Amino acid sequence: MAKIEFLGPIGKPPVEVDIKNLDELKEIFSKDDDIKEWLKICAVAVNDTITKTLDMKINPNDKISLLPPVCGG
Amino acid sequence: MLELHNGSLHVEDITARWYNDIKAKNFGAFIPFIGIVRDEKGIDGLSFDIYEPILNSWFDSWQEKAKKEGAMLLMAHSKGDVKNHTSSYISAVVSPQRKVGLRLINDFVEDFKASAPIWKYDLIDGKRVYAKERSMPLNGAGLLAI
Repeated sequence: MAKIEFLGPIGKPPVEVDIKNLDELKEIFSKDDDIKEWLKICAVAVNDTITKTLDMKINPNDKISLLPPVCGG
Repeated sequence: MLELHNGSLHVEDITARWYNDIKAKNFGAFIPFIGIVRDEKGIDGLSFDIYEPILNSWFDSWQEKAKKEGAMLLMAHSKGDVKNHTSSYISAVVSPQRKVGLRLINDFVEDFKASAPIWKYDLIDGKRVYAKERSMPLNGAGLLAI
């Protein structure tokens, strides 16, 4: 199972999902009203590298992180 | 060098230590930028969450860019609560010449604002309120938008 982390202000505990790519994660999230609004503004990292493609293959031990808008300093 | 501290930064200690570390290394310029939390909109201070794995890789890529110009970057940032009129952020460039250093500190801080995985909250009446309006979506945001 891949682990999904919701970083910063999303305030949601991690979950584990059985997916083969990010498209499948998008499908799972489409049923989650708590997370829908965040998805519009979040970047996605797979194993701590930000990705821009939905067809990226996801392996069982991968870590997927959702990163909301940032403001350091 | 990147360092994270719990709470406000001890600016005098950090900048003095950095200066003492680099002064004999024949850099001609040491250009620090120190961010100080302003008292505005009724806040008591700011608070920060940091995602360290991506912050570290982002910083390392900048350190490589600086190295190619004979320069070096230093950065300190707070985690958790930082009261008004104290510091949450220091970055500095040490470089052979002033012009390279001034350009690098500007570009580095600009990209820090846009790319460093750090989340800011206003401290209001003891609560953390996400500073959403002041925050910037990372490059690639919206990938999973429905």
